[in-house]
Amino acid sequence: MKRSLAGFTGVIVICAVGIPFVPLCLWSFARRWFYPDLYPQAFGLRAWTYITSTAGTQVLTAIGHSVVVAAVTALLAVVIAVPAGRALGLYAFKGKDAVSILLTLPVIVPPLCVAMGLHLWFIRLGLAETLGGVIGVHLTFCLPYAIFVLWGVFSNYNPDFEDQARSLGASRLTVLTRIMLPMILPGISVAALFAFLLSWSQYLSTLIIGGGRLMTLPILLFALMGSGDRPVAAAVSLVFVAPALVVLLFSARYLGTRSLVGVR
Amino acid sequence: MTSRPQYDVDARTRPGSGFFGLTFLLAPALTVILLLFGGGLVLGVVQALGYIPGAGQGELSWVHFTGVITDPDFLYSFGLTLYVACVSTCIAAALSIVAALILVSLQSRWIHFIFQIPLTVPHLVVAVAVVFLLAPAGWFSRAAVAIGLIQGTTDFPLLINDNWGLGIILVYVWKEIPFITLMILAVLRHSGEELLDVGRTLKAGAWQRFRHITLPTIFPALGAASLIVFAYTFGAFEVPYLLGRTYPMTLPVWAYKQYSDIDLLARPEGIATGIVIALVITAAVIGAQMLTKAARRRGIVL
Repeated sequence: MKRSLAGFTGVIVICAVGIPFVPLCLWSFARRWFYPDLYPQAFGLRAWTYITSTAGTQVLTAIGHSVVVAAVTALLAVVIAVPAGRALGLYAFKGKDAVSILLTLPVIVPPLCVAMGLHLWFIRLGLAETLGGVIGVHLTFCLPYAIFVLWGVFSNYNPDFEDQARSLGASRLTVLTRIMLPMILPGISVAALFAFLLSWSQYLSTLIIGGGRLMTLPILLFALMGSGDRPVAAAVSLVFVAPALVVLLFSARYLGTRSLVGVR
Repeated sequence: MTSRPQYDVDARTRPGSGFFGLTFLLAPALTVILLLFGGGLVLGVVQALGYIPGAGQGELSWVHFTGVITDPDFLYSFGLTLYVACVSTCIAAALSIVAALILVSLQSRWIHFIFQIPLTVPHLVVAVAVVFLLAPAGWFSRAAVAIGLIQGTTDFPLLINDNWGLGIILVYVWKEIPFITLMILAVLRHSGEELLDVGRTLKAGAWQRFRHITLPTIFPALGAASLIVFAYTFGAFEVPYLLGRTYPMTLPVWAYKQYSDIDLLARPEGIATGIVIALVITAAVIGAQMLTKAARRRGIVL
């Protein structure tokens, strides 16, 4: 009975999760696919050669921008979130409620109004339409997620190990690099992955601050959907999903199954 | 989001590391949030009040806010947005309870793995896939022709860019079920069987055990996850932009349309709409938390 329930659930889960990828894969390899055929009349690699060739420099630029923005955002988010997570996770202090609400508020307030507000200011500062400006606006809502993760990590962290190392004569820097960082490394990776994915899939704030001129993958994908080139749109969609799947495999391999609680 | 740490009851939490130590730890995060997030909001409010920094338009007024709220289309857009967010959240929450109960009894690593995939797939990709699947000439329509259900595109029901936001809701349900389920599972895994055994010895039926033991156990996690999903779906742009109708638009799409209008005078109204969205979400989150607190004080435990 339990085995059949597992099999049944497995089939449903695979179908529900897999179905959206079927037309994406078919379209990306379609050369000719007229209605109402269920499968393309002719298969081909046009879309894939297009996005990797020089004709598709736009695509390569977009991938490059997306990678740089997401990687820098994730790096900054983690570097800033580690001390904040330590303060929130380890210590009780006056005004902790206010600080924690402030630091997690961007989780519920949509990026839309923050981006609109920042736009004019960023134009004045010369940050509009630059990678730096886009990273800045992504940081406002990637940072709170990273803080949340590290807050949880530090509330299970035992700082007594640090005291022991100190009493054995370790310097502050040694304690940081040899005790704290190795102990919270899994948490740091999860926080960095969250921040990376969140920035990677961000559309509207990039559109507003980037003025539509700074190409990232989501911006390009919207343009392609508008132009109606379905094979290329499907191929770009699959490229857009790729790091997500890498992240998932990585986390399943190194961080156990519970690790992804809370990725959005 | 990991479940919120219970810092006030945690034995490990210790009294401060000194004011300067804490300031040093918190300063970078507070600076970024206050400057970029707080600054963005304040500048947004200021611009929505009609002040354009440096342009000499010094008159502050509510005219843009009243303009937005009294616009005949506002209520329509507001209703549509609320409808999409509520329906998506409720369907996803209900299915997540079922999914969590099944998954917790299965303990299968590979089902668990596949189940997590939607978490990492960007909303936009799901929306593109839904266009390819549900459009009048999409894959489902082709399949329906293949098995002889319909003759052509005109017979296929309108499932995207439709009146009921079906495509939008489908994307959100697909994306958010694993999120809510994993939040519930995190609680269920740690709750143990003992309470359910007590229920059994007291001759509680399956429904009674679910209603009076399982549901109260998972409710805080379920509620928090659903609130986050509601907040997201209420303020999200790309899915309704791709899968919604051109009229009525959801509030975030409307806000962006106004903001990017060639007529620069529409821009403050766009920002005002954005602020209204943020206010509605904040009010919903605070309201939901006050309701749960009040209910708990009266002894109503859901």
